[in-house]
Amino acid sequence: MLALTALLIVGLAIGFFILSRAKAISVSQGALANLHSRPSYHGTYVMLWVVIVGLALLLVLMLGGNAYLDAKFLGDIRAALPDARDIEIDLVLSDVKAIAAGLVSSRIDPLREATAIDFATADAVRIWATVAISLGGALLAGVLGMRQISAEWRARNRSERIIVGILWLSAAVAVLTTLGIVLSLIFETFNFFASIGWRVDKFLFGTRWSPLSGVQDGMMDMDKVGAVPLFAGTLMITGIAMLVAVPIGLFAAIYLSEFASPKVRLWAKPMLEILAGIPTVVYGFFAAITVAPFIRNAGEAIGLSVASESALAAGIVMGVMIIPFISSLSDDVINAVPQSLRDGSYGLGATKAETIRQVVLPAALPGIVSAILLGVSRAIGETMIVVMAAGQGANLTANPLEAVTTVTVQIVMLITGDTEASTAAGPAFTLAFTLFCITLALNIFALRFVRKYREKYD
Amino acid sequence: MISMTELSKIHNSPESAARLKKRRAAEWRLKAYGIMAITLAGAALVTLMWSVVGKAAGAFTESYITLPVYLAADEIDPDGTGERAIIGRANFGGVTKDALKDAFPFVKSRGDKRAMYDIISGGAAFELRELTMADPAIIGQTIDFRFLASDIADLYLKGSYGDLVEQNAGGTLTVQSDGKTAVVTSSTTDFAFVMARVKSDLLAKAAFNRDQAALQENGRAVFTQRGDLDEAAKREAARDRLLGVAEELEARAALDGGREALDKNSPSVLVRMGETWVKLTEVSATGGEGKIIGVLDSGVRAAGDWQVYLQDLPEASRKVSDLQIVLIENLRSAGAVETVFSKRFFMAGDSREPELAGIWGAAVGSFWTMLVTILLAFPIGVMAAIYLEEFAKKNWVNTFIEVNINNLAAVPSIVYGLLGLAIFLGFFGVPRSAPLAGGIVLAVMTLPTIIIASRAAMAAVPPSIRDAALGIGASKLQTALHHVLPLSMPGILTGTIIGMARALGETAPLIMIGMVAFIVDVPTGVMDSATVLPVQIYRWSDFPERAFEARTSAAILVLLVFLIFMNGLAVFLRKRFERRW
Repeated sequence: MLALTALLIVGLAIGFFILSRAKAISVSQGALANLHSRPSYHGTYVMLWVVIVGLALLLVLMLGGNAYLDAKFLGDIRAALPDARDIEIDLVLSDVKAIAAGLVSSRIDPLREATAIDFATADAVRIWATVAISLGGALLAGVLGMRQISAEWRARNRSERIIVGILWLSAAVAVLTTLGIVLSLIFETFNFFASIGWRVDKFLFGTRWSPLSGVQDGMMDMDKVGAVPLFAGTLMITGIAMLVAVPIGLFAAIYLSEFASPKVRLWAKPMLEILAGIPTVVYGFFAAITVAPFIRNAGEAIGLSVASESALAAGIVMGVMIIPFISSLSDDVINAVPQSLRDGSYGLGATKAETIRQVVLPAALPGIVSAILLGVSRAIGETMIVVMAAGQGANLTANPLEAVTTVTVQIVMLITGDTEASTAAGPAFTLAFTLFCITLALNIFALRFVRKYREKYD
Repeated sequence: MISMTELSKIHNSPESAARLKKRRAAEWRLKAYGIMAITLAGAALVTLMWSVVGKAAGAFTESYITLPVYLAADEIDPDGTGERAIIGRANFGGVTKDALKDAFPFVKSRGDKRAMYDIISGGAAFELRELTMADPAIIGQTIDFRFLASDIADLYLKGSYGDLVEQNAGGTLTVQSDGKTAVVTSSTTDFAFVMARVKSDLLAKAAFNRDQAALQENGRAVFTQRGDLDEAAKREAARDRLLGVAEELEARAALDGGREALDKNSPSVLVRMGETWVKLTEVSATGGEGKIIGVLDSGVRAAGDWQVYLQDLPEASRKVSDLQIVLIENLRSAGAVETVFSKRFFMAGDSREPELAGIWGAAVGSFWTMLVTILLAFPIGVMAAIYLEEFAKKNWVNTFIEVNINNLAAVPSIVYGLLGLAIFLGFFGVPRSAPLAGGIVLAVMTLPTIIIASRAAMAAVPPSIRDAALGIGASKLQTALHHVLPLSMPGILTGTIIGMARALGETAPLIMIGMVAFIVDVPTGVMDSATVLPVQIYRWSDFPERAFEARTSAAILVLLVFLIFMNGLAVFLRKRFERRW
């Protein structure tokens, strides 16, 4: 119904475009040169107003109407069931909606049925009012806009200003996204810290992580929310990943940009790109089904006991995932080192290897460091590989053959677990906020680092 | 001033030659490291692909067992109405079981019956029901119906539980049967291979006990040194006991002849006489005793009328039991088993039964999600890029927007999932698990990629184009929309496709917004509950049934085919349309 209204508004706008264009032509008295703006711009101007007014009204009424109805009927149900808990009232309301929509509800009783009839009526009124008001508003905007049309009317400048405004809004979506992320994370983080009595130190430095086991009356046991094992596990897996990715990625980049023949580059570069394009869930499956059992068997063959969800397996596969990231970024910065530096070095009699080690790499170092930092930031935020191949229990250990858990694994477990969403959200969002801050800091630091130490050659 | 002769002395001395050699070696090493790095990366890619492709094959075929089934009129449609609703209510599971009972009347005990029912998929009864509902005329008749084999039967037929290997047997076999168990004796040592197998197992067990004894001996030595004599004595006793067990096992292994028992942890030995099999529980070099599967009378079988088979994997380590193997082998000999290409895998929705599960539901879910993503991300991303590249003045608001976009590109995807959970699901009330929610989250996530790629493409359009347009009187917006945008479109599309490919493979944020639920129905719109391909892969990889491993790999292959197609399209666009100025 409401989607149809949106379509109707768009149709109305197209109609007004045609009408306004025709009116502009007739106003020009046969010579289009008499107009300030071409007829299409007159049409566009009116059309933009119709769409903007219509859709804005629709959106506001839709959200507002819904919220108003929910609030009103929640109040009604509460009045009818004074002793019920909030969650029961919510359930009654969703049942009422289900009955009104002709769907299956969890229970049927006189209160639900009576309210459902009221609700159906109110809902119909809401929908028709929304449709009527938004269509009416759009129509009004169109009529008012058309009345402006005259030979002197600066329709092009005005419609261009509106369009640039829309472009600006699109760009501002990025800011809204950041704002949304920060606000939603901070809100739940505050709730969580409030539920452990603002002992943030217990979260940052405690060593026991089992947040859902000590919940009582919305308060959490502050001795069970220590995230150190998660940080340590994340750090270990990230460390292993970087031990794999940095040497391989860096040497591959050096070889490809300095030694490789065009032919080798022709197949080696796409190969690295394929590695970069493989979804992380595939890496996770590879880690869990192929690499972890292999490491376990290899370890047992030489007499080591290896957990089947060892940090080593997840770390190695994550390293493979990050290789193309490091190699392509390093490749770019190595290629950006001007040829004149190399030529100068060769002229002094240095070999290729000496030139690379003593001239090219130092010149490219800031870029390489930033590539590594960005790689670390990706490894920390990576989820699927660790969810599928790393452990789930918080385990504080320095042994890479044991199972450790990471921040991202815990977020997934908390959100997808059986615990009530409102309880699990606190620790999950707090972990996500920590993750967000760390990756943000790494990024900003990486960019700053490049900007500060980069040598400018031209 | 060094003279030329001195210089040439420096460069021609043996030290200089050695130095040069060292320097060249260093260069060679660096090159070798590079080649090694690329080889390692290539090896990782090949291993990954190989392990996925190697496992996927099993999902593309499925097995059918053809059995005669009697559709009794008084059970299915007693009044002969022929109405779909009445036929649909009939117990087709029971009809299926009856077909199996008729095929194997000798299966009597409840456990055995349950094992027998397990070779046919639970979904087969529904297919029989569909068939009957579509054509009520077959009620009352006996028809040959192709029952879908269950996952374990299918895996056995594909050889996933090892093969049943026929052994050489040249003697005549004397059978003494009491109806349930039979003693079989061959005229030659046709069962010596079993004894050899069992004895090597005994020796391995003995060696294990000796290792354990050696550990206890170490412990005894340590405790004696420490002076803890009590503990040392305990260790000594344990050591002696283990050594005793080892010696006994070794003696048993060394003994010629003798009888050995076979249990669930030893390889299965099956003697076949036509349709009837004997599963040996006790064996000697010339024969053994075992349980009859089928109907068997006492008598003598000539060489060639009987065979002996070895299944190397012990019964305890495989899902398919010896009884089920016998039934399947009998059906296979009767020509009632076929393995064909599985259309079901591509056309069915999700299921908890591996043999019924398909990727169509997830693929359609992916389609709806991607549709929402591209409808949101492409226009918004391109409009934002136009603004930032063509209109934004250098002021703090626009700088802030730019910094924001660059930072958003590096935010972990799981955080976007939580954003979706809190804002779109919690605040705006978008339905959970719906492609709409997933599409919005992925659009927000892809937006920075598209904006950055579009800006790069627009920045590559030379200023002379803009100047020319402005010079003949175009406004700034006309310049941007009529000239810069079309010229940069190939670059924008390339960036968009790459961003979409990444979104198609994304899993974590969708798990956060509940697209991980078990959904059987194929979604019909953006508001239905749905799942997507990568999440389906994640779910299947978590299931314990072994048949899901092949399905997971096959689903990965399908996903990779889509991704390769999209990336190939991006490369094509770049090669074909991108202009260098």
